[in-house]
Amino acid sequence: MTEPLLQIKGLSVDFRTDDGVVHAVTDVSLAVQPGEIVAIVGESGSGKTVTAMSVLRLLPKAAEVSADAIAFRGTDLRTLSAARLRAIRGGPVGMIFQDPMTALNPVMTIGGQVAEAVLLHQRRPDRKAAWRRAVELLGLVGVPDPAERVKQYPHEFSGGMRQRAMIAMAIANDPDLIIADEPTTALDVTIQAQVLALLRKAQAETGAATILITHDLGVVAELADRVVVMYAGRVVESAGVRELFAVPRHPYTKGLLASLPRMDLDVDQLDPIPGNPPNMAAPPAGCPFHPRCPLARDRCRTELPPLLEIGVGRSSACHFHDELAVTA
Amino acid sequence: MTTTTLAAAPAGRSPTAAALRRFRKHPAAVVSVLFIALVVLAAIFARPLSGHDPNAIDLLSARTGPSGDHLLGTDSTGRDVLSRLLFAGRISLGVGIASAVIAVVVGTLLGSIAGLLGGWVDGLVMRLADVFMSFPSLVVIVVVAGILGPSVLTMVIAIGLFQWPVCGRIVRGVTLSLREQEFVLASRATGAGPLWLMRKHIIPAALPPVSVVATLAVAQAIALEATLSFLGLGVQPPASSWGNMLTDAQSLTVIRSEPWLWLSPGIAVALTVLAVNFVGDGLRDAVDPRSAS
Amino acid sequence: MGAFLVRRLSINVLVFFLITIAVFALVHKTPGDPIAMQIPADQLNSGSADFIAQKRAELGLDRSLVVQYWHWLTNALHGDLGYSLLNGRPVTELLGERIGPTIELMGVGLLISLLIAFPLGILAARRRNSWLDYGATVVSLGSVSIPVFFVALIVIYVFTLKFQWFPSSGISDPTNPGLLDSLHHLVLPALILGFGNSGPFMRYVRSSMITELDADYVRTANAKGASPRRVVLRHAFRNSLIPVLTVIATNLPQLLAGAVVIEQVFAWPGMGQLAVSSVNQHDYSVIVGFALLIAIIVLLSNLLADVLYTVVDPRVRLR
Repeated sequence: MTEPLLQIKGLSVDFRTDDGVVHAVTDVSLAVQPGEIVAIVGESGSGKTVTAMSVLRLLPKAAEVSADAIAFRGTDLRTLSAARLRAIRGGPVGMIFQDPMTALNPVMTIGGQVAEAVLLHQRRPDRKAAWRRAVELLGLVGVPDPAERVKQYPHEFSGGMRQRAMIAMAIANDPDLIIADEPTTALDVTIQAQVLALLRKAQAETGAATILITHDLGVVAELADRVVVMYAGRVVESAGVRELFAVPRHPYTKGLLASLPRMDLDVDQLDPIPGNPPNMAAPPAGCPFHPRCPLARDRCRTELPPLLEIGVGRSSACHFHDELAVTA
Repeated sequence: MTTTTLAAAPAGRSPTAAALRRFRKHPAAVVSVLFIALVVLAAIFARPLSGHDPNAIDLLSARTGPSGDHLLGTDSTGRDVLSRLLFAGRISLGVGIASAVIAVVVGTLLGSIAGLLGGWVDGLVMRLADVFMSFPSLVVIVVVAGILGPSVLTMVIAIGLFQWPVCGRIVRGVTLSLREQEFVLASRATGAGPLWLMRKHIIPAALPPVSVVATLAVAQAIALEATLSFLGLGVQPPASSWGNMLTDAQSLTVIRSEPWLWLSPGIAVALTVLAVNFVGDGLRDAVDPRSAS
Repeated sequence: MGAFLVRRLSINVLVFFLITIAVFALVHKTPGDPIAMQIPADQLNSGSADFIAQKRAELGLDRSLVVQYWHWLTNALHGDLGYSLLNGRPVTELLGERIGPTIELMGVGLLISLLIAFPLGILAARRRNSWLDYGATVVSLGSVSIPVFFVALIVIYVFTLKFQWFPSSGISDPTNPGLLDSLHHLVLPALILGFGNSGPFMRYVRSSMITELDADYVRTANAKGASPRRVVLRHAFRNSLIPVLTVIATNLPQLLAGAVVIEQVFAWPGMGQLAVSSVNQHDYSVIVGFALLIAIIVLLSNLLADVLYTVVDPRVRLR
């Protein structure tokens, strides 16, 4: 296999709060190959967004990040100077955020914000060229009448149009990697499909690898090549998308799939995972999922299951992953 | 995640204790509490501490500097500056606290009325609050004192009336959020009157933020009283106030050659107001941890 | 935008009329004959009883309070605020010649307070809980807490009496007039006024900047590769200005309170000094004129705040 585009090894992120240290992310490793779409899936608070934000060091100052490696195309991002990191942010790595309403600057025109993304990475800053490119980009992402709408402010755009503008900013400099944090969560269902289609198109055209953060397995099924499932700040399972949907090898993944509305089943049979995600300031001993796990037994309450390779390109952090392979 | 972390707070740590713990993290606020206690004690025991009658005129020893007999010197009519300073503390603290009480009472009343009744009453009260807030209280009191004549009572009422809106807005906010909550609805359903609601629910919930604004109101009132008395529109001689003790210092000769006359009351009012403001600041962080970070 | 401003304007006009009623009530409380406030003293003294009775009828003073109020208000709105009880000069004229120096003092004082508040507030917000943040908090609490008149006395003691760098009295030196001389006289009062008002402004700037720096769009700007400087000045700062400008405009009248005291200490021939001396000399007609002027200034400031709000926030501007 070629050198991964992005390599994260042993990432841990802690937040100090009044109620003690919160371990938002613990020992997460992740590799993204050029051109592939990796989905990180989990409930809110599972550490998936924190993991993604730590790549470009976009976490608040309160976060304490440690990692054995965070490398983009072999460049160590942990120790990179601020100036060189800025060259990567918005350049070869573009980001799309969840809520396009708050993620856009309300007092700056859409065009100004897209053009800024261009301008910041031009070798010789040229405002006029950046503005022309902004119009072009907005047209590309399907904003109608872009030459006029560049002059408008975010509040004059609908949610879907705003997210299109966000995508335009992310692909402005022909990135190799796009990190999309819940790109469709804040949108209406009908708009979600359009934005997903646009994401797929943007990905296909730029050939950029994509990290797609979502809690929506429907989105995963539609876009992803590979899935990383996170629970309580850890990776609990990782597999190719077909394999994962066919035979989940972690009870949490299985629970997530069971709670997914399906065409062939009655809505009444929707089966959400009982219980709540653990308190991250004081996670349970042993396997963090054991209080909610139907398979839990004594060993799970005392011994943390390591993430083990259980097949080609797939791993699971469950003591009893074998049983799941059989039952499913 | 936030809800789970909140739920995990160790049991037995009451909000008051947590607030106290946060307050103690403010060294300036803690020192200020001690200082204010000292000022209050000095004002209470002004007579035994001073050893002089604050109004005793002694023209033979007028304008003398600090000495063993007069620790802070004497003024233009030979009155002892230290004893005038101590007695002035009574007036300053009294005016400060009395005006803050008026502000809190009026603010709590109007704020809870606005919050409970809502509708046009709410709109009217809030507009009134805007109007009061946008007028500079000092200037208005200058005008009122000019027409009605200067008096401590007028001053206290006027200062208090101009400070109610801050408290009123907070109480209104608390009332509105309480109105949404079930237990208040339940108590309304059982026929509880508005006064009962105020005593049982609104006042306890509003107390922490109101204590902050009340403290800041005391500081502002002390500073206002001093300024008005300095301009000759507040406390009238022979009674002494920290402000009117500086009125004499409006000539360059006094500023130059008799600094004890204006330095000591000036420092007294500056330190007291600063200390009360520090306490208010510490209280705010203690009551509302979000404002600290 | 238009509808918003029209609504605000009509509220302000209504408030103004309520205030004129309050002022008129105060006029009525003044000791002495109200006619004395509305015709010059020499006419009052030399005029025959018939003349005064005729004037009284003209002014509606023999009629009901409502009519009196109406006469008083229409005269006031036409710029006739009566005559000084002290020297018989028209109040409008007295106030008019004092407005200039006060505006000069307030304008420069405002500028200085903003020059202190913006850099300190932004730095404190960027380095939250650093020594710089604590230092800025102490400076702002000090500026709020230490009474202006005491600061003025200390400053006069140091810079006028000890070092003799700056004058401490008046607006200019008649024997040596000129721009430099005016600036020389302006330095101390304007600095003190500016310092005294910088505290609240700084706290607003700081808290508004903290809110904006935590906003999602700031993270977006960072993710685009913008420099910290650009993130702060181009993104967060412009957003933080929306509430801050409004607060500054509504606080303009508070600046006037500081000016009243400073004018008194520095013998600055502005409205504040006129007001305090009129109060001390019981010149009621001037006090009433001053009160009306204050009401106008307050309402204009509120209106300015509304206009600024619509100008800086595109969400309101285009509504």
